[in-house]
Order: sequence, then structure tokens, then C-alpha cells
Amino acid sequence: MKSYLRILGALVCLGIIVLLAIIFVPPQLTKPSEQLAADWKPAPGQGEYAMRMADCAACHTAEGGKPFAGGRAIESPMGTIWATNITPDKETGIGNWSLDEFRAALVDGIAPGGEHLYPAMPYENYRNLSETDIRAMYDYFMNEVPAVNNAVEETALSFPFNQRWGIRLWNWVALGSSGFKPETDAIAKDRQLARGAYLVQGPGHCASCHSPRNLIMAEGGTSSQDDGFLSSGVIGGWAAPDLRGANAPAQTWSAADLKAYLTTGRNAHTAVAGEMALAVKDSLQYMTDEDADAMVAYLHHIAKGERLAAPSIPDQSLSAPRQLDQATDATSLKLAKGVGLSEGELLYMDNCAACHLTNGKGAAEVFPAMSDNSLVVADEKAGLIETILYGAEMPSTAKRPEKLKMPGFAERLSDKDVAALASFLRQGWGNTAGAVTEADVKAVRK
Amino acid sequence: MATRTDPKKDVVILGLGWTGAILGMELANEGLEILALERGEDRDTVPDFQYPGVIDELKYGIRYGFMQKPSKMTLTVRHNLDQTALPYRHLGSFLPGDGVGGAGIHWNGHTWRTQDVELRLKSYVEETFGADIIPEGMQIQDWGVTQEELEPYYDRLEYMMGISGKAGNINGEIQEGGNPFESPRSREYPNPPLDNTYDAELFADAARKMGYHPFPRPAANASRAYTNEYGMQLGPCNYCGFCERFGCLNYSKASPQTCILDALKRKPNFSYKTHSEVLKIEKAADGKTATGVTYYDEKTGDEVFQPADLVLVCTFALNNVHLLLLSGIGQPYDPVTGEGVVGRNYSYQMTGGTALYFKDKNFNPFIGTGSVGMSIDDFSIGQIDFAKEGFIGGSYITGGHTGGRPIGQMSTPPGTPSWGKGWKEAAGEWYLKKMSIGSHGSNMSYRDCYLDLDPTYTDRHGRPLMRMTFNWKDNDIKMTQFMKGKIEEIAETMSPDKMASGYKKEGSEYDVRPYQSTHNVGGAIMGTDPKTSVINRYLQSWDCHNVFVMGASAYPQNTQYNPTGPLGALAYWAADAIRKDYLKDPRPLM
Repeated sequence: MKSYLRILGALVCLGIIVLLAIIFVPPQLTKPSEQLAADWKPAPGQGEYAMRMADCAACHTAEGGKPFAGGRAIESPMGTIWATNITPDKETGIGNWSLDEFRAALVDGIAPGGEHLYPAMPYENYRNLSETDIRAMYDYFMNEVPAVNNAVEETALSFPFNQRWGIRLWNWVALGSSGFKPETDAIAKDRQLARGAYLVQGPGHCASCHSPRNLIMAEGGTSSQDDGFLSSGVIGGWAAPDLRGANAPAQTWSAADLKAYLTTGRNAHTAVAGEMALAVKDSLQYMTDEDADAMVAYLHHIAKGERLAAPSIPDQSLSAPRQLDQATDATSLKLAKGVGLSEGELLYMDNCAACHLTNGKGAAEVFPAMSDNSLVVADEKAGLIETILYGAEMPSTAKRPEKLKMPGFAERLSDKDVAALASFLRQGWGNTAGAVTEADVKAVRK
Repeated sequence: MATRTDPKKDVVILGLGWTGAILGMELANEGLEILALERGEDRDTVPDFQYPGVIDELKYGIRYGFMQKPSKMTLTVRHNLDQTALPYRHLGSFLPGDGVGGAGIHWNGHTWRTQDVELRLKSYVEETFGADIIPEGMQIQDWGVTQEELEPYYDRLEYMMGISGKAGNINGEIQEGGNPFESPRSREYPNPPLDNTYDAELFADAARKMGYHPFPRPAANASRAYTNEYGMQLGPCNYCGFCERFGCLNYSKASPQTCILDALKRKPNFSYKTHSEVLKIEKAADGKTATGVTYYDEKTGDEVFQPADLVLVCTFALNNVHLLLLSGIGQPYDPVTGEGVVGRNYSYQMTGGTALYFKDKNFNPFIGTGSVGMSIDDFSIGQIDFAKEGFIGGSYITGGHTGGRPIGQMSTPPGTPSWGKGWKEAAGEWYLKKMSIGSHGSNMSYRDCYLDLDPTYTDRHGRPLMRMTFNWKDNDIKMTQFMKGKIEEIAETMSPDKMASGYKKEGSEYDVRPYQSTHNVGGAIMGTDPKTSVINRYLQSWDCHNVFVMGASAYPQNTQYNPTGPLGALAYWAADAIRKDYLKDPRPLM
């Protein structure tokens, strides 16, 4: 009995020591993945470009706020995380950070002083950043970004998530090795594919939305060797669609259409919405042609199986009424005839058809198609409902500057109307998604 | 006196409509620091034109929600030199726009090129028919620029706006289905023609049978999705019937918003301010250049001096002339002595039409768009023997309709009571069964049709209002009566059950109440002689070489077509002269 208690006591002591060690022993920081000369300087624009690719602004610039001055609320399942000020302000920003501290934040998720950052900071992906990109960004933030004195709200999650030492445990389980290595020889040998893989897995941090989260909320897959990688995720109740399935839009679209989607926010089939609109606005539109081609080539390279054909679009050389004449599917014919329409079909005709047309195909690059639209048919219905209620806006991009906006219909349509309309959209023109209920709409209406 | 002086800009643009947006884009690409001042509010498709709010005929069609408010700015009108002019207190005859986009948001989209003979009208008349056919008091002039010179700029404009149409003459080759009487163009329109309404087809068939040459009216309503040189996009028109007087809910009508502004707003060297009404262009001490403008900042109540090296006057035609008069740029025109230039040759548009009612036809008038219709140019300026017919001018003729709106486009046959049971019955009986054929004709310029400062009335800033002296003249009435004959002849072959014509006739006087057209032109006309024009052929002020005046105020007389095509082409033409020549060495270009 005594020895049992002694063993128990020893275990408790050991546990406490381990816990104290977890909390107080500084973690090992990742070393630079490449030794650059101490006087290495980025080329003009290199730092800004690296920042664009990593899309720092998406989180660290608040809506209407000064660039990188933080204060944007990131909603997470654990609570609200407030993005920090990353301008070179010495008091409230990162002005006192050394390069090593900056690198540690990006690749280890550890702030100066050893505090663990919440994984809303995508260091799971930034672990792949090259040393040149890290150095270029450090130079950019220290020398080109104007310092802004802006103390942002402290993130204050409830217990147990406010115990940041727990993240250390999470990191042990969740984090892969640091430094980017192409996952296959084929990718490693092809410069374009390797660059594309780097952009997707590293700065682009595509997996942070497009990969599912596993049981411990880590990304379910960080390279194409993992089945879950980019196989769809959820963000803010919206679907971040599968990018790799043979039938996924990113795979069925031509390279030109995928490139247009990423760099201009629109293509012959659809347009960006939700968080993806921000990714295009703040990051992807700035990709060089070469990088955009590389990203597209890599995404098509990691398709699961033979890529299927894209949905057909009407002959765009014809006038719109002549395009409608080409439609032969049952939904298009029924809407055009206008007899015996269901409630959802009537609502579509009264509110949507002017732009999206009776053939559900809309107009290339202007009005997204409803058929085979990943937002329309997603299992997560919030994206579709929110778009109907509050509209959507294409980001202004260099090649397509127009902020084409869909107005919201919240004032005009009741929850019941929206449910009927959305259900029709999810089942018209060959779509086969489940119906939307009034309760679904009510949950989204603000 | 100005209560504030702002930092100097390279360029200040007055008015952010079509020409302001075009010049803004062209000069922003040169790297110049540009500020555009717009007196009205900011506007964009969403939320200002969004469905269904904008489909409110009472608010926008009848109460002119997108138009200039006479309480803030108007002018006075009289018929002749002996009358005292009275203020135009309620919009009627013409509808100037205000706000970002200007009248470019609420137009119908008819986008024509002038005929080559129209740009050299005086020379053409004299060479072809002799100077003696020009009636006493008519003051027509050449523009100082030729169709060949403008062709590339028309082309650029049409491709920027995404015009839907069918070419009739490509580099001298006549094209089947297009307008054989148009001046040569270098290529086809960027978009195919709009799909016709039934009435347009009926008219075209009738015209064809009579040996005329119908063609689709060139339209700034996109027939399909389109992307222009700035990457700006149009969606296909849905024929909603709410075009003129309304902003387009569908991104389908070419406007500064749909064709230029989002691209322009990305330029870090371009900015604009709304609710900023320019009161005066300020001149340097020697009077040879402008130093900037003074504007009223509606939000702060300040009068602001905005210095600039280049002043681009891009407001509505009438307001351009008013500003020049108020600023003392150019000598005001005197109709008695014929001396002076500012205000000279104001002219308008002579329109008329015939309504046809068919018991056995159904036109679904609610399906329509601003420019859809089939036109003929068989009686255009270049086709008419002026000596034989006894007038100078011409018209294009169109069958079709722009919409079937419940208030303004609810037409009943003559003899119908204007209210009550009888009206209701007739409206019900005929709403679907009416079509019309319209004449859109030229208006010549005359010695006593002009613009000057009103001696009696002032605006809210205490500035004199501008005064319009204008009336219809025999020459133009003869022209429209000639068109009436031609149109009725065509209409009769279509055997309508009822017909009703409305044309100016002998003795008709200008009436500011019913809507006729917002094609107010002239007053700051272009030319090659400073004695008879305000601006030279590059739209540059003869008096202050750093002032350029855009818009239809440049037209020495009105053409038979809608004015947007030439004013857009001239804006690109002037922009080229500024970019390639003036900026290198600022000076009078002629």
C-alpha cells in the first residue's frame, strides 16, 4: 500500500514536472531552412510579393482599418481570435521583433517570449515558407509598411482554450516537418509543378480552408500524398469546396478558366464569393502569370483520377436570347414556357432570371451559372442562403476591375421564400442537392 | 472668395460623366495627378440601380430621381430677343442628369456616328447646292474635323461601350443588313445586334418592301456578355423596358459605371469628390491660361480653390456654356452684331412620330430596351436633295419601342378621354396593340438661337442663371413635315386600324413642357476660326489654352443622330491631342 502511494506520488510529481516543463521550458525554434548571407537583401518588390502570396492582409487588416494594423475578428469554433498588429510599431506592433522571432511566429507559431499563437495563424502551412520569402517579408514589414500605433483587443478565449501551453501539445501532434519538400519526385523534377506545390502548400495556405479539419482541428492533409488534402473544408458555415475530385470545378475547368477564377475572381462559369473573394482581392490577383500558371498546373496535377469535362456553356458569340434558344434541359424549357411553375421557380423568375437567365447559365464572367455551381449545391447551405439574403460582390482585380455586385434580397424575400427558391436552385438544371428549410434560412438571417 | 485652397493637381475634371471618365482614364494612364469634381452624388449599380428599387417609374421616370434638380440649378428660356425669359422650374423638354455617371446612366443608349457630310455641313451645302439655299439667319458651320480623322476614335468608343449593331460600310464595302448610308468604318461592331421586337420586324418588312434599307439601330445595350479594353464588363440586356430615365439594374447599358469607373478608381493618381459644384474657372492675370477652379463643397459649405495645370470642362453641354460665361472665358456671343462666340449656335433636336394601333396584333410592349429597333437612313442628310425639298437637314426613322412602362408609355388612340372609365377601357384595349415609327431629325443653328447670362434670375450661389433663346424655324419644320409624309406612307402600307401623328407644324413654337429630347447642343462650339468658335478642333479653348471643353456643346449645329457617339469620339480625339502633343509643350494647338 505504501509503495503504491509512493509510486502514485512519484507519478504526480513527474506529471507536475512534465506540465511545468511544457509550460516553462522554451520550445526549440526551427532553424532557417537555408543559410542566406547576413547582408542578403530582397529585390525591390520581392517582399511585398511574398506578403501578397501569404495573404497577410486577409487577417491582419481590419475592414476599413489601416493596412496590417490588426483588429480583425477571426471567428473560430473556440471563440473570437483578434488578429494582431503586424506593422513595425514598436509599442503595439512587431517593430521590436528580430528576424529569428519573425521566423518563429511564421513557422513555429511562437511569438517573442515563447507565447504560443493560436493556429488561426496558419503556421501549419507557413512552415513551408522558404527562407528567402521569410527574409523578404521581414524586410517588407520592417521597412516598407508604415508603423501604426494600434493596440488591438486581446484574444480572450474561455477555459481551456485560454491555456496557451496546450497549443504546444497540439503542435507536437499536428505539425509536420518544417521546410518545403515537394511530395513526389514527379513534382520535384518539374519546376512549374514544384513552384505550384510550394505556393499552394506554403504561402497560399489553401489547405487551411480547403482541407477538412481532423479530430484535433488540425488540417486533414498537408500535401497531395494525403487523401484529405484540399478535399473540402468549412469556413464560417460556408463550404470551401473540394479542389481535387475528378468532378470538382477546379478540376473540370480548363486551365484558363481556373487561372481566370484565381486571378480575376470570375470565369466563364462562376465568380468568387465569401472568403475566397478576399483571397482573390488581397492575394491571388497579384500572382505573376508564371506563378498563376504554376498553381493551376499543380492543382490539375493532383486531381484524383481522370479530370471530367466542365459543364457546357452556351455559345457566347450569340446574343443572349439566341443562347436561351439552345437550351434543351427540362428546367430551362419549363421556365421559358412559364406554365405550372412551382413557388421556387416563380421566385426565380421574379428575382433571379433577369441575370442568371432561364437556362441557369447566366453570362460568362458576369453572372454566375446556377447549374453545377459549388456554392449552390454545397452540403453547407449557409453560403447560398447568405448570398441570396445579402448579395455578393466580385473583387476589383487588375484584369477585371469591375466590382460586379449581386444585390441582397433579405428585404424582399421571407425565410419561406428563400427556402423555396434555394431548394429550387439546388434541384434545377440537373442539380441534385438537398432542399433548404425555413429553419436553415432563419439561422443565417441576421 | 474661396475659404480654402487645396493642394495643386495636374488636372482638374469638371463633371464625372462620360467625357470626364474618358479623359480621366486617358490622362491617368499618363501618370498625371487628377481630381474630378462632381456636383451630384456618387452612384453605382448596386445599390442605386438595383432591382427592384430602380424599377419605380414614379420616382425616376416621372419625378426624375436621377436628374438635375431645378431648385439647385436651372436656366431661363424665351423664344426670341424681345421676350423676357422665365426659369425652367419643372423639367420637361430636356432632362440633364447629375451625379457620378451624369446623363450616361439614364440614357437609352442610341450610339451613332455622324455622316461625313454632317461634319462639313456648310461646305457640303455650298459645294453641292450653292450657298444661296442657306436661308437668312441660318448659321451652320463646319466642325473642323473630318469623319476620316474621327473614325479611329469612334471605333475606340464603340468597343469601349460594347455597342450592339450591324456594320453597313466596312472600309467602303457595303454590308448586307447594315446601314448602307453610313460613312465607312474600319470594322464590325463589337457585339451582334439586339434581338428585335415584333414591331421593329414589322416596320423593317414594310420599309424593305418600299425599297428602303432597314438595319438594327446601334445600341449601347449589350446583346451578350462583353469585356472592354479596360477589362470592364457588361452583362446581356434582359429587355426589362426601364432604360431611359433609369440606371440599368443589369450591368447591360454602357455607362461610365459599367465601362470605366471601377477601372479608373484603381488608379492611385485619380480621385474624385462628389457634392462639389464648380462655380467658376479662375483665370491667370494675363487671361491666357486658367489657374484652376473655385467650387462649392456642399458637405462643408466651403468655397474651395482647386489649383490645376489643366482644366477639363466635362459637364452637361448647357452647364459647360454657363461656366464659360460665368468665368469670362471667350467673348459672349451677341446675336445683334453677330460678334462673340460663347453661347453661339445653340441647337436642339427635331423629333416626331406616328403611332399605329392594330386590333389583331400583340406587341408585348413591356419587352423592350433603350435602343432596340430597326432604322432607315434613306432620308438622312447625305441622301436628301436640299435644293429640291426646300430645307437643309435629315432624319433617321425607326420602328420599335423601348418599353411599355405603366405611366409614360401607356398610349391610347386619339379621341380617348384622358381619365376615367373611357381612358381605362382604351388603355386596356390598346396597351398591347400599339407600335410607333419615329423620326429623329437634325436641327440647324440660327443667328438668334443662343445662350447668354440672364439679366434677372440668379441661382442659389447668386450667379446669374443662363438664358436660352430658342424657337423652331421654318427650315426644320419643313424637314419634319417631309419625314411625316414618308413615315405615314410606310405606316399606311402596314394597314393599322388607327393612326396618330405628332410632328411640329408650321407655326409650332418651342414648348418646354413635354419631353422631347435631352440633345441640347452648341454654345461652346468647335471650329477652325476663333471668330466663330469657342474651341478649336482639339476642343481647346481659343482663349485659355489649358482649358478644354468636352461634350455636345461643341456641335456647331445638331446632327440628325443622338449626340453621345460624336461626343465620346471627340473626347478620345481631344485626349489624344492632349497626351501626344499638348502635354509635351502646353500651348495653343492651333
